[in-house]
Amino acid sequence: MPDYTSKIHEAARRLLAEKQVDGVIGFRKGTVPMMRQPVLIRDPADVETLCWDSFCRMNLANYLPKRADRVAVTAKGCDTRNIVVHIVEGQVKRDQIVVLGIPCLGMVDRRKVLSLLKDREPVEVSEAEDKILVKGSGFEIALEKAQVLQDNCTICVHRNPVICDTLLADPVPEQEGIDRYEDVRAVEAMGPEERWEHFRELVAPCIRCYACRNACPLCYCPTCFVDESKPQWLGKSIDPPDTLTFHMLRAFHCAGRCTDCGACEQACPMGIKVRQFTKKLEKDILELYGQEAGMTIEVRPPLDVYRPEDPQGFIQ
Amino acid sequence: MSSYRVYGPVRKGEQVLFARIEDGTDLDLAYQNSLLSPKGLFLPQSEKMFECSLDPARDDRNIFKEIPKDDTPRVIVGIRPCDARALTLVDVNFDTTTYRDPWWTKAREITTLVGLGCDAPCSTCFCTAVGGGPFDETGLDVLLIDGGDAFVAKALTEKGRKLLESAQALETAAPEIMEKARAVAEQATARIITSVHTSVDTSGLAKMENAALYEAGFWEDVQFACINCGTCTFLCPTCWCFDIQDETCAKNAVRMRNWDSCMFPLFTLHASGHNPRGKKVQRVRQRFMHKLKYYVDKYGRGVACVGCGRCVQHCPVNIDIRRVVQLMNETAS
Repeated sequence: MPDYTSKIHEAARRLLAEKQVDGVIGFRKGTVPMMRQPVLIRDPADVETLCWDSFCRMNLANYLPKRADRVAVTAKGCDTRNIVVHIVEGQVKRDQIVVLGIPCLGMVDRRKVLSLLKDREPVEVSEAEDKILVKGSGFEIALEKAQVLQDNCTICVHRNPVICDTLLADPVPEQEGIDRYEDVRAVEAMGPEERWEHFRELVAPCIRCYACRNACPLCYCPTCFVDESKPQWLGKSIDPPDTLTFHMLRAFHCAGRCTDCGACEQACPMGIKVRQFTKKLEKDILELYGQEAGMTIEVRPPLDVYRPEDPQGFIQ
Repeated sequence: MSSYRVYGPVRKGEQVLFARIEDGTDLDLAYQNSLLSPKGLFLPQSEKMFECSLDPARDDRNIFKEIPKDDTPRVIVGIRPCDARALTLVDVNFDTTTYRDPWWTKAREITTLVGLGCDAPCSTCFCTAVGGGPFDETGLDVLLIDGGDAFVAKALTEKGRKLLESAQALETAAPEIMEKARAVAEQATARIITSVHTSVDTSGLAKMENAALYEAGFWEDVQFACINCGTCTFLCPTCWCFDIQDETCAKNAVRMRNWDSCMFPLFTLHASGHNPRGKKVQRVRQRFMHKLKYYVDKYGRGVACVGCGRCVQHCPVNIDIRRVVQLMNETAS
């Protein structure tokens, strides 16, 4: 991976010094291995704390709506697509954001690394080329990065920023010949009962903490439907129908808007594969409308416009 | 032992969670830390308290009646000392001279806690910095220490003695196993003290001025990354807040309580529409101030944190309570 960190420092220092922005949103090193924390830097003296590596999992587009100031933001391919979604949906103004674009080679799934360690605790994790180096008490191993990438990153076809003010490195080659929907087709092939069971089991561990929703840049509603209290739309317990309703409705609300950034799965403390819901809708939108979310600010999302040629097979 | 319902740590896929043990083979006593704390066995995430009929034909319609619960004796085997200590910190909320929560106190009463000393604490553990320790006996009825070939069980209360007497196949520990167990305990305690104790100092919190901490500038920095999910509060063994809800289905109604979280905007939303903690920074501050200052001041028994490190491990944006303690200390000095 190119040395993005020093490029970010350089850009951030310049933007703050020239007063082009009020702050820079990026990541800083976390307090435990493989964790990086979203941070807002306002003082040029703090620029050095910014960093970039394969552990910058969260989607920083999530921190942009409802801001009154002008900020720069470090953004990988999927993050930039979510910035486009924000612009198209009127959540941020293009001239309010300086995008520091990061061609991305995929993010490391912390859970996958921990799983491979089989209860041995990592004390220090670093990366070199395509290897992830893990050190712990009495052991030191190198993992192939490809082996521990986030699921969504392994099938990503938009690693390069789609919108950008400063590109921090040369574009990376996009992955070719990727089958993005193998898992979705497996679910589609199931009978209704089997599918119902699949989704029931999928969300069974859910504790309704809403980390998936809150990590998602799309979920900026002032009041989420699960939080409506006058009237209340959804039960608050962990009764399976309520939990499943939350996940299904949230997914439908993301139809045609989701960029498959994977923040939801990375945030989930229970390790639920919540992308199973959103990916099906992503596939449907692609097949029905030929559109992928957040690719350009020129095009409205497919579900908020009507065109005579829209597929209408459902009206029968 | 057969007269007890047995609960303990069970591995489910990648995670360890507390669950009912049926035949003993699923009990995982080699685990480090469970994903969810065992508080759910005392304060379930969704607990049905009352039910009633809505059937107009019935005389007892609309009258809530308590739902009977299984209150036969149970034992939790393999609870970590931090999680047991957490129960005693929560007792001050649910079991007071003026108010006794019937479900919490009943669950506490029927439960015998068999603790498992921690001989390999995680790097995120800081129990020794908040008044506990990997072999702390607070709240436990029995403490198990791994003596190599066998566990040494130490009865700590009458409940614990009763349990051990009822268990078969127990022998008096040989002196060399006792010695080994003692060495294990000392080493683990030393390890955790040297790794964390210097960086997490909660001793000065009681003397700090409330207003100065409340107004401190560092909250802006701490709160920025927070996504206001409920991970920290739901995983925390000392977060006790709940929300009471009535639900109806056909001609039946149930009154239940569900875990709630001060991270959620709805938590403090008034019927008027006003929200006294409408901003994220207020909610983040509340969580830490409650744990590290308000609880300290109100009960005079230290912080409402046992140093289990779950929030540190699982916060999706790495908000670290140890760092917050440090920032509080810096503000005061």
